[in-house]
Amino acid sequence: MARTVGFFTDTTVCIGCKACEVACKEWNQLPGHEPLFRDSFDNTGKLDEQNWRHVQFHERGTPAGGVAWNMMSDVCKHCSDAPCMAVCPTNAIVRTEFDTVYIRPDVCNGCRDCIAACPYHVIGFNGSKGLAQKCTFCYDRLQRDLEPACAKVCPTQSIQFGDLAEMRQRATARQAQLQQQGVHEARIYGEREYGGLHALFLLTGAPSEYRLPDEANAVLPRRNNVLGYLGALVTGCLAVLAALVGFRERRKEA
Amino acid sequence: MKPEHFVVPPEWGWYIVWYFYLGGIAGGAYLLGTLLKLRGGLRDVPVSRLAFFLSFAAMAVCPVLLTLDLGQPGRFWHMLIDRSHGGLAFKYWSPMSVGAWVLLFFGAFCTATFAAAVAQARGSEPKGRLGALLRIAYGRGFLAVGSVLGLFLAGYTGVLLSVSSQPLWSDTWALGGLFLASGLSVAAAALVLLARWRHADLATTGFLREVDGSFITLELMLLVICFASLGRVGIEYARWPWLLLWLLVLGLSVGSLVVRKRVAGGGVVPAATMVLIGGLALRIVVVFAPQVHA
Repeated sequence: MARTVGFFTDTTVCIGCKACEVACKEWNQLPGHEPLFRDSFDNTGKLDEQNWRHVQFHERGTPAGGVAWNMMSDVCKHCSDAPCMAVCPTNAIVRTEFDTVYIRPDVCNGCRDCIAACPYHVIGFNGSKGLAQKCTFCYDRLQRDLEPACAKVCPTQSIQFGDLAEMRQRATARQAQLQQQGVHEARIYGEREYGGLHALFLLTGAPSEYRLPDEANAVLPRRNNVLGYLGALVTGCLAVLAALVGFRERRKEA
Repeated sequence: MKPEHFVVPPEWGWYIVWYFYLGGIAGGAYLLGTLLKLRGGLRDVPVSRLAFFLSFAAMAVCPVLLTLDLGQPGRFWHMLIDRSHGGLAFKYWSPMSVGAWVLLFFGAFCTATFAAAVAQARGSEPKGRLGALLRIAYGRGFLAVGSVLGLFLAGYTGVLLSVSSQPLWSDTWALGGLFLASGLSVAAAALVLLARWRHADLATTGFLREVDGSFITLELMLLVICFASLGRVGIEYARWPWLLLWLLVLGLSVGSLVVRKRVAGGGVVPAATMVLIGGLALRIVVVFAPQVHA
């Protein structure tokens, strides 16, 4: 049944168990990469063609001098005004009946313009298949009235799934609750960025700490269309004018 | 405030660099050929034909490079036809979509004009319907439309980069104009070398060199505008090792202007060669800097 769905990810209750990553790989049959071993519990690294969920680990100093962990399960935001979908020249990227953004693997030809346009480093290029890949919002599960695998397995309800309007209400209520409890830095991310996201996040720090562009930086790529073409048009006119002047000068000299 | 980007690069590499370079030459040479044919005299006719030959040769490689760059080269036609319903795939707001169509149409114009130029060079224009078609392909209106398409091909590649979320590319709107000016200057320089090789009329070569000087000046102005619009991002991408390439672009452009004024005989070959290398260096640094930096 068609409806507008969304995720609400409450980062304050994420425990970094990565069950979402595992469930996503299991359901979508993603083999994944070799794990990274760095100075962090994050051995996934980033979202890409194999990692459609990525639990970020951030260490932050506390006023008491300790260290607090902030974990966030990152995912495709399924933007309402999706830059990837706008630039895709083949119409491989479409909006589904659930208002989510889906890459049709039988249409994509691997031009990678969507990767250049995505502001959230979400889409990856699968070299062996020659295709761009990202989270499908478990489109096949949605069609069978099942919730996405990541939300289904999340043991702390950090990842919640439902109608987008309801997700917005839950996010607002949770923000109010946290602020009442003294967490004044609690903020919702995704209400306005790129026309409103279908993956809302409750953050306790600046968006940039979670590798998310803030509202000032969340600008649409297409803003450069008019000025870019205008600049080229003026350049072209000046170039033709220069050539015509060159002809006139030559005639004068002759 | 410096813009923040949290992106991954699209891994556009050498195929794209060469496409941008050859696309600029193809479009620029077509315009020069048209101007020489429509505004020049009889003595300009051989170089005008040479320009259409150069344009065709450069254009013919472009679709091959683009197809090879695709993850699924066999699906190149998805750029034009929507596989799901069989209709046309066209989005005026997507520079890549518009560019695919312009390349198709410019390819048709360029090929027709090339055939007409070959027939004229042989002095044996075919009779009947084919002859009539070739006369149209060498006519004023046809060449004018082809030139507009050629100019678009030379410049849209910069707009394509700007319409993204990548650092450097999306932080300026001036890349379209910059790539167009550079494409024109590279095409003029290539044509100067070809004309010299074919012992073309000196007045025509001299005219092309003068025009190339104007194109290079335009390119330098756009380079300044580009960095001014980039602000602090420009400084970030003008550091080692990219600084070397930026200096190469700047040095070769300015150097070519100096050489033609200062060197005895005008330094035709060195000045033109500098422009050719500078145009390639520009595309290398613009395409690779933000991707490797990431």
